[in-house]
Formats: sequence, C-alpha cells, structure tokens
Amino acid sequence: MIAVGEKVLMRGCEAMAEAAIRAGCRFYAGYPITPQSELAEYMARELPKYGGVFIQSESEIAAINMVLGASVTGTRAMTSSSSPGISLKQEGISYLAACELPAVIANFSRGGPGLGNIAPSDADYFQATKGGGHGDYRNIVLAPYSVQETVELTHLAFDLADRYRNPVLILCSGLIAQMMEPVEFMPFREEKEEKPWALRGARGRPSMVIKSLYLQDVELEGHDLKLQEKYKEIREKEVRVEAQHLEGAKLVVVAFGTAARVAASAVEEVREEGLPVGLIRPITLFPFPTDFIRKAAEGTDRFLVLELSGGQMVEDVELAVRGRVPVEFYGRMGGVVPSPEEYLTEIKKRL
Amino acid sequence: MKLVFDRPRSMKDKPMHFCPGCSHGIVHRLVAEAIDALGLRERTVAVAPVGCAVFMYEYMDFDVTEAPHGRSPAVATGIKRSRPDLFVFTYQGDGDIGAIGLAEIISAANRGENFSVVFVNNTVYGMTGGQMAPTTLLGQRTTTTPRGREAKTEGHPLKMAELISGLEAPYYVARVAVDSPAHIARARKAILRAFQIQVEEKGFSFVEVLGACPLNWGLSPAEAIKRVQEELIPCYPLEIFKDKEQAVM
Amino acid sequence: MYTDLMVSGFGGQGVLIAGRLLSYAAMRENKHVTFFPAYGPVMRGGEAYCTVVISTRLIGSPVVRNPLTVIVMNLPSLLSLEPRVKPGGLLIVNADLADRSHSRREDIKKIFVPANTIAEGIGSGRVASMVTLGAYIEATGAVTLQNAISCLDKIITEKHREFLHLDEEALNKGAEFVRAGHRLQDTGIR
Repeated sequence: MIAVGEKVLMRGCEAMAEAAIRAGCRFYAGYPITPQSELAEYMARELPKYGGVFIQSESEIAAINMVLGASVTGTRAMTSSSSPGISLKQEGISYLAACELPAVIANFSRGGPGLGNIAPSDADYFQATKGGGHGDYRNIVLAPYSVQETVELTHLAFDLADRYRNPVLILCSGLIAQMMEPVEFMPFREEKEEKPWALRGARGRPSMVIKSLYLQDVELEGHDLKLQEKYKEIREKEVRVEAQHLEGAKLVVVAFGTAARVAASAVEEVREEGLPVGLIRPITLFPFPTDFIRKAAEGTDRFLVLELSGGQMVEDVELAVRGRVPVEFYGRMGGVVPSPEEYLTEIKKRL
Repeated sequence: MKLVFDRPRSMKDKPMHFCPGCSHGIVHRLVAEAIDALGLRERTVAVAPVGCAVFMYEYMDFDVTEAPHGRSPAVATGIKRSRPDLFVFTYQGDGDIGAIGLAEIISAANRGENFSVVFVNNTVYGMTGGQMAPTTLLGQRTTTTPRGREAKTEGHPLKMAELISGLEAPYYVARVAVDSPAHIARARKAILRAFQIQVEEKGFSFVEVLGACPLNWGLSPAEAIKRVQEELIPCYPLEIFKDKEQAVM
Repeated sequence: MYTDLMVSGFGGQGVLIAGRLLSYAAMRENKHVTFFPAYGPVMRGGEAYCTVVISTRLIGSPVVRNPLTVIVMNLPSLLSLEPRVKPGGLLIVNADLADRSHSRREDIKKIFVPANTIAEGIGSGRVASMVTLGAYIEATGAVTLQNAISCLDKIITEKHREFLHLDEEALNKGAEFVRAGHRLQDTGIR
C-alpha cells in the first residue's frame, strides 16, 4: 500500500483509480477501451481488497447503469472510459442527472469523431459541458492537467457528486491517462455523508421512489426548475480557475487540461523574455469561470484560446468576453499534441 | 366475520390505471403477495421498467427505482452487488427485455446475478400504442406490422424463457400465464419460488408471465383471455424450463 | 535544467523498464519528470518506445517531436528516430543490432554501444537496455548512476528479481564504456 506523502511514479488513470478508492469509491463498472483500460485493471485488482465491487460490464451502456444502480443504494460509484465509450454512456448520465444521483465518470478523451484514434484529444468539451445526453441538465466537469491534480480532483469529484447529487465528469485527454508522473496520495477517507434519499428498503420509514418520469408538464417543469436552481448554486459556489501573470498582460492565453500544461510552459518562457502574456486555466469547465474571464477582459487587449480541438471552449470564452476584446483561437486536432515551441510561436504572432 | 380477501401489505391502497383486462394488475398482486409471504417488503428495492408498468411505484409499498428502457438488469446488478442484503427484482415488458435490453438481460443472467426477473409478455408494445414486440406472434397485426408479422422480414417470436434457460448460470427459469385461476395459482407459486431462490442466495431466477393486452389487440377482455389460451400458450409453452434444485433431485 | 530522452526498440528489449528507471531516479532527485509510453495497437506490432522528460521546472508536454537524446535498441528504431534527433543532440545506438553504416546524421553526437555483447558478457542479453541507459547516464549526467541503481528495486517486478544484480552490473558496464573514451562534452542538455 502506498503511504500518505510517499512519492510514487504512476500513470494518470491508475492514480485516478487509487484516488477513487481513497475517496471512498466502492463500486466500479467499466468496459475496456484504450487509452484507459489500466484504470479498470487497477480497480479489478485493488477494489475488492477494500470490500468494493468491480464489474467488467457487457457494454458502456450497462456500465453506467450499474453505476446508477449502485448509486441508488447510496454507494460511491464510478465508471471510466474514453470518447466513443462516453458517447454510449450519455443515456445513463441523463438519467443520473434527472434522478439526482451522484456518480463520477472519467473521460480520458481521444481523437474523434467516430472511431478516430487513440491519441490524446480534448474535443469532448461540448459533450461534457453542455449536457451530452437529452434534456436540460448539466454535469459538473473537472479538468485536471497533471497526474497530481487528477488525484486531487478525483477526491473533489466524489465530494461534489454527493453534495449536489449530480454526475461529475472528470475530463482529461488520454495523455493524462498514459503519462506517468510523480504523485502523492491523500489519506483514505471514510464516507461521512448521510444519504437519506438512498433506497435501502422501507424499514422504519415510508417507501421511496427514485424516478425521472413526470408526465404532467407543470410537474416536470417544477423538477426542471429545481435542477436549474441547483446548477445556479453550483455556478455560484464551485468555480475553480488558476491564473498567472494577468497584471498588465497584453495577451491572455486561455487553455484547459493538456493544452493548458503546454501553454503554461510556453507562457513561462515568453515571460522570461519580458513579454506581457498571462494565462487563465479553467479547472472547472462547468461551472465555467465566466465572471473571471469577463473581468480579465477589462485589463487586456486580446485573448488566445488554445485547445486540442477545432474550437469548443473558445465559444464560452467569447460569451464571457462579449466582444470587448478580440478572442483568437489556435487548435490542433486528431490527437496531435503541440509542443511548447509551437504555442510560443502562436503567442508571439499575436503580440 | 372471516376476512377472505385483503390487499397485500406490499401494495398501496390505490386504484390502478391499467386498461380493462390488462394482466399487469394481477401480476403486480402476485409479486406483492410473494414479497409479503417471504417478509421482504422492508428490504426490497425493485426496478421499474419503461413501458406500461413504469408506474409500479404508484401501487407498490416498497422502494422502487426507475431504469432507462431495457437497462433494468444492469441497474439491478448495481443495486444487488453494492448491497447484497437487499431483495432486488426487475419487472420488465417484452420490448424492454427482448429488444432494447437484450444485451443487459442475457449478460446479467449469464453472470448468474442473484436477483429475480418478472417478465410480462403480452406480444405487443403497450405504452407506445400497439407496435410490434420481439414476442409478437407470426401473423399478428400490430401498428407496425399492418399486414401481420412475417417471419421473412420480422423474424420469429422471441422465446425469452427458452433463451435464458439455455445459459449455464440461471438457477430457475419458468413460464406461466394469468389467464385462468389454475394458471394464476401456478404463476403465484413460480414467482414465490423465484424470490425464494434469491433469498437463499442461489442466483438468477426468471419468470415469464403470458399476459393480455386487450386494448392493443383490439379485443374485449374475455376475447383476449381466449387468445392467450388459443394462440399464445401454443407458441409459448408453460413450463419450468430450469430448476437446478429439481435437477439435483 | 531540461532534458528529454526517447528509448525505442523491440518489445521485450527492456525499453519501457529503462525509461521508467530513469524517470524514477529523476523523481528521487526531486525533479519534474514525465514518462510517456507508446500505448494501444502501436505496441502490438512489437515496437516499443517511450519518452522521458526531466526538468527543474513544470514540464509542458511529455510528448517530444524532436528529442535531445535518443537510445535506439535496434535497426528499425535507428532508421525512424535518427532523423528526429535535435541538431546537436545525442544518439546512443545498440551497435549489436543496428550497424553504424545505417547512421546518416553528422550534426549530432553518436555513441555506438555493443549493448548485447556487454549484456551477454555479464550473464544475460535481457539487460542490454540497462547497458545503454548506463551509457546515457554517464554521457549526460541527467541523474546520478548511484541513484539509478538504488531505484532498481522499485522498478523491477517480483518476477524479474533474479535479474536485479545483472541490471545493476549492466548500468555500471554501460557507464564504464562511456568513461573509457566516449565521454562527451556537450550533450545538448540545457
């Protein structure tokens, strides 16, 4: 067993599995898909040691529904996959959101659309942050950019899922899944949350129902309004964002996940050359740091959004900036991971 | 005065919404009776399907969760594996179990999950208005087989009980009907047996119940019962296809 | 300080183990380090490679298009990776499986190590990658040799424990090979 504070070298997706177990996850169901099958293998090996349940499901659809079942009983549960598999899970995620059931879903995304490839990509931003499945709902979306942050956000994911009774997506590229980095783990946590809503039999209380069917329009609207109220609270309380060198920056780079990591390295270099470039890294993609970016727009000439996609988060940045200053975009697709030098060139072009 | 008829404890005192002659009411009652008989009400979590029986939770006085269409066996797997102390069953229709959720039921049965399945086969999609089900009989007219089901294009009626009993893991697989008092008595026994098997942690149990859907069949309730007897039962024989205990004896 | 390394060869040549050992040693020296293996179907073809980046600062990308240093364990790796080495960079070649006549670049430094011969000399050809890693460590000073040796027991699985002393000797022999006349002044590390 890995001691608290002991530095180990670990793959991102395996580190997530270890962190999930430490965060109290006791149920995992999943279906193998590159580049994150090692997460399922880790769970298969380790979860039973803690009294947890691992199931290799017949499909991604079954996996998310097994998680739904476990969540119904109040068990901390998760599944993980990569882009095509996450598409299959959308039905279940919509039901989880509608039934207000907590669950953690990891997407180590890869090149798409379609079968695409297995190289790192962040082109599932729209799917993750705008709902993904049917109906008016939102996932909480966390975007780590290192193995260490993956561990920290995995703990946070389980806490937020329980606090808001909402699915939480951890969205990071397949690069984080496969990359090994030094990482330290937090202590094991015993789940403390009371879950009076969980179905564990009608003993000493009236029988209860978990459902998402409301045939009367006004009744369903009432349920939808309650969900919207919750998303509003999440927007107010849970924004997480990291910023560097915004003071006097003529250009502000906005990037998340893998792109943010490369961007941070590039920005560090241009700062050393004395160039006024800042960096904003959204850690929560929903809730998006809209107000933070709006405020930053007051003190800069221009934004540059860097993504491993054809341009998805850039739309949210534009919404935040509201035309106050130009928002430019540079993206690589298909699994291409740009080098810091490439970003350096793009940044300098815009100064 | 002697009480000869009462509502099972596991049912709420509430009139049902089902159409006249629909079999769901009877099957609901048989399920509730079995849960009462085994004293399971306070540790039951049932999985309601998408379809006519989705409102099960309106009538049952135990915990119920919904599942997406066809996914009940996966949801039940999640419930039972995370809390093996709970009593778990799915209640499914023919479209739910035999079409959209075929992968989930076969896989759960093949894993030998220790929960029970009550499957109501009325050979038609009820809630959506009478479309073809995987169990629709050959020649049967539905809104999507206006000329009658043809083997050549729509395939043959799917025999779920036979399919499930062909797997190694399931412990108990039976088909019953609720068309007559004698058959209802046998159905009651089968459901009780299926639930008992779960309580004894013996594994997967499956009861297919042939039922009537007079509205979508375009028949009166009396005619519908006749159809069950004359058309359904010859295609779907009433049998205990598998009982591992009987096999040992 | 920043350096990166790609190690490439056939599956089973210990390419990933060599990369992980270097990464672990760098971690022990409190440096930032990333280890990025080839994964998925690329691995199934028998090719194995990995990229290690070591720095005293945040590492932007674990993926490197033009590495500063490369270890190639066989001829296909030499042919595919030699063109990608950064000008002025370093190429370490397993001379037993990749003949130097196939090497074209004149703007990089090259070390040809008869890694298999050396490895077999100490008892097993299986530790050839450790010989080249020893050469790399000696030539670049990316980590200390002593540290790398002390990390061996963290990397070698139970199943291969019997090779532990061979791995240690292989690292030493590789380093000695470079010390004996192949030491390079500028290894491209910045």
